[in-house]
Amino acid sequence: MIAFIIRRLFASIGVLIAVGLIAFVMFRYIGDPVNQMVGVETSAAERAQLREQLGLDEPVIVQALRFLLHAARLDFGMSYQFKQPVSSMIGARLPATLELAAVASILSLLAGIPLGVYTALRRDSALAKLFQALSLVGISLPTFLTGILLIYLFSVTLGWLPSFGRGEVVPIGSWWTTGLLTLSGLKSLIMPAITLALFQMTLIMRLVRAEMLEVLRADYIRFARARGLSERAVHFRHALKNTLVPVITVVGLQLGSIVAFSIITETVFAWPGMGQLFLQSVQNVDIPIMAAYLLFIAFLFVVINLVVDLLYVCVDPRLRASVRGAPG
Amino acid sequence: MTDPLLSVRDLRVEFATRRGPLVALDGISFDIAPGEILGVVGESGAGKSLTGLAIIGLLDPPGHIAAGEITLSGRRIDNLAPAEMRKIRGRRIGMIFQDPLTSLNPLLRVGEHLIETILAHSSLTPRQARERAIALLDEVGIPALEKRIDGYPHEFSGGMRQRVVIALALCAEPALVIADEPTTALDVSVQAQIIAVLKKLTREHGAAVMLITHDMGVIAETADRVAVMYAGRIAEIGKVGEVVREPLHPYAKGLMAAIPTLEGRLARLAQIPGSMPRLSAIPQGCAFNPRCPEAFDRCRVERPPLLAVGDRSAACWLYDRGEAPAVARGIEARR
Amino acid sequence: MSQPTLEPAKAGDSSPRSFVGGLADSDLVASFLSQKIIVAAGAITLVLVLAAIFAPWVAPTNPFNPATNFLIDSLTPPRFAAGGDARFLLGTDDQGRDMASAILYGLRVSLTIGVLSVLLGGAIGITLGLIAGYAGGWIDAVIMRVADVQLTFPAILIALLLDGLAQAILKNSNREETAFGVLVVSIGLSFWVQYARTVRGSTMVEKNRDYVQAARLIGLSPARILARHILPNVMGPVLVIATINLAIAIITEATLSFLGVGLPPTQPSLGTLIRIGQNFLFSGEWWIVAFPSLTLAILVLAVNLLGDWLRDALNPRLK
Repeated sequence: MIAFIIRRLFASIGVLIAVGLIAFVMFRYIGDPVNQMVGVETSAAERAQLREQLGLDEPVIVQALRFLLHAARLDFGMSYQFKQPVSSMIGARLPATLELAAVASILSLLAGIPLGVYTALRRDSALAKLFQALSLVGISLPTFLTGILLIYLFSVTLGWLPSFGRGEVVPIGSWWTTGLLTLSGLKSLIMPAITLALFQMTLIMRLVRAEMLEVLRADYIRFARARGLSERAVHFRHALKNTLVPVITVVGLQLGSIVAFSIITETVFAWPGMGQLFLQSVQNVDIPIMAAYLLFIAFLFVVINLVVDLLYVCVDPRLRASVRGAPG
Repeated sequence: MTDPLLSVRDLRVEFATRRGPLVALDGISFDIAPGEILGVVGESGAGKSLTGLAIIGLLDPPGHIAAGEITLSGRRIDNLAPAEMRKIRGRRIGMIFQDPLTSLNPLLRVGEHLIETILAHSSLTPRQARERAIALLDEVGIPALEKRIDGYPHEFSGGMRQRVVIALALCAEPALVIADEPTTALDVSVQAQIIAVLKKLTREHGAAVMLITHDMGVIAETADRVAVMYAGRIAEIGKVGEVVREPLHPYAKGLMAAIPTLEGRLARLAQIPGSMPRLSAIPQGCAFNPRCPEAFDRCRVERPPLLAVGDRSAACWLYDRGEAPAVARGIEARR
Repeated sequence: MSQPTLEPAKAGDSSPRSFVGGLADSDLVASFLSQKIIVAAGAITLVLVLAAIFAPWVAPTNPFNPATNFLIDSLTPPRFAAGGDARFLLGTDDQGRDMASAILYGLRVSLTIGVLSVLLGGAIGITLGLIAGYAGGWIDAVIMRVADVQLTFPAILIALLLDGLAQAILKNSNREETAFGVLVVSIGLSFWVQYARTVRGSTMVEKNRDYVQAARLIGLSPARILARHILPNVMGPVLVIATINLAIAIITEATLSFLGVGLPPTQPSLGTLIRIGQNFLFSGEWWIVAFPSLTLAILVLAVNLLGDWLRDALNPRLK
């Protein structure tokens, strides 16, 4: 078991280093870092001095290592555009994105899983067919369209909810700010959260449905029925459990991608999060921010992957045995 | 003779397809007496498993019972509401499937399978159920009980798993157990053990068995009576010894002749030429007639019902008093 | 009386007439025709595709010819609404461009990019998958590692990143000409992994089959074996992935354009049009955002419906 965890950890670190190197290549070779940082009037001598200061003359390997070490300390240098430390810029916007992502994730799970189970068990009912149809619409609507639609309905026409910004935020601790404790904060959160959650929720619903239908065809389900178990026992004690196990992996990855999709939602709703920052950095070729964001996403995904793998092993006894390496 | 435990009359199972209904079982009739072991033998696709599934009410759509009656202890069970049928499953009729690995839920412990089944059919407390589960595992011969009962299915060998499955099927003391190819997925060395366990347990619990298999050897060793199926119909049915030693139906003759034996001279294995027809292309008249060495005109036109020959039955015009009387009289004389 | 047969034209009979006859008689076509929604989806897709292909001839005006756009016409409501002009069926935008024409051209761009990127991603993915599955060893390991790293990121992020990097490398100089190509490559590259994995899996299974061993014994080169023998057998799941991907590709391009890193307003796709339209949402000119949105939604919905049907029809276990 321990060996398994260590192996996965090494693999994860490997991925992070690989991404880090890609980020380094971006950083060093896309455009000229020195020229990005200084104005046109800076003399050649000053540029040379800056180059030396940044260590740009040293061998590539050394530069790469230094980059990685700095990254590990969350030091990503200065933004070309804003002339501020990248880490503090990202840090300031992190709570906004994470809160939005967390609320959207919970929403998509709370709605998606039960709906998926319902449409699998009652697959011929009118309601299930309606949900199936709606789910198709759900995955066909791009996130930004959902956002615009919601804005049109609730802001323009009804005027109930604000269409941009985060509302009032309350600082927590030394660094975090939350919009969950104010009414305006909550009101501002509703539409972006629903927008972000809708796509994921439909995906989860369709996945759970497909997986459950597959499981219901299994031999052990037939044998459970042959033993005279109640439909409820068959569906929930057997089918549901076996459905959720493979669903965990996919759901985990989906939740990670919510953070990436927040780029779109933040743009539509002018939500002051990391995604919006990243988008601006892409438009302005602000490499340090791009690199930092990339590494952050990689870190997030690697952690999620690790957690999902561990969860999988805990939940499926077959994997536990092979991981432990001892047959029964 | 005592009233039969299970009585199947003219059972017809159809599959609804786009091009019209496909007949998979065409008028099956047989009885099973209490405590008796009826073997059901035939090639793959003959309809043996479907018969078992139809009896226990687990036909997958688009398959459905189109006609006929199934009676258990005098009560009709083929037309029950789903909730009623559920009460019968496990309690009055049990079923064992072919692959013990996929028959058990990989995420649940063996003990949990047993306890949930026991609790579903009795009013024992969980504690009592667990004790009963341990007792059952002991009956089927699984050693080291206390640890075993908390094991997961993948931790058991194939033979052990099938013993667990047998224990599960007998949890609620059903009067009839349908065993659908119980040894096909197991190693040869283990097959005999499993059959022995099945026989022992059903005898001890007083259950009848419908033993479905394509292995004639198992039938010869285990069953009291045997039904030979062909293309969704019963070709011959009778006591096992008689059918094996002196088969009546030409198909049954071919089957018995095809079994290699270690005694006697080594000759070429006998084959039945041709193959069983697809369900969508069953010939008119007797289903076996294109391959039958003894077929005559009537066989190609009219389908033979099960005709009584002594206390056996064979669906073959050879045994109709009006036609080829010499054959039937010959058999009667030998008896 | 002849017995009805259950199977369509036999596998060994490969003449065109029997293929068509078999196809017409097969479960696939029957399943298609039996569901009215799917037929409707197919019809709509066909209409949209045709409209896109023939846009230059079908559109009332060329919205991107500055000579025919008059600012005085800008912000006109659709013909059927109050204040509308008979010339402009769906109204005009802030530049005086006819919305109907803009949508047709935009549809054309969106569809083209979608199809091209799926083809690109598929080509790369299938090739790499075949190679990885057949060669095994370190080649397989390298390709799969790269795939794993890329899979840590959602496709849209990859597309966004590649798009941004390409712009940086190309230095924004001729942004308008390169945008099209950059989008196709970015979106295509973000997809290849799924194809590669599936094809690799199938290849590894097929590799051990007898017919492949036989081909090797005859001395056929690996490339030939892959192309002529293994490839046809792994196409089934690939087709399924491609149908899902087409919808995602269209959405991804629309999203990138909406975010401002896709196609510019001078050569807009539906996403760009929606971006422009969002600015007028609050001021009442709803038609600038509504019609492109509707077109995009219908297009993706139709493609998704077709993809769903194809998936269900091709899945042997659901039969």
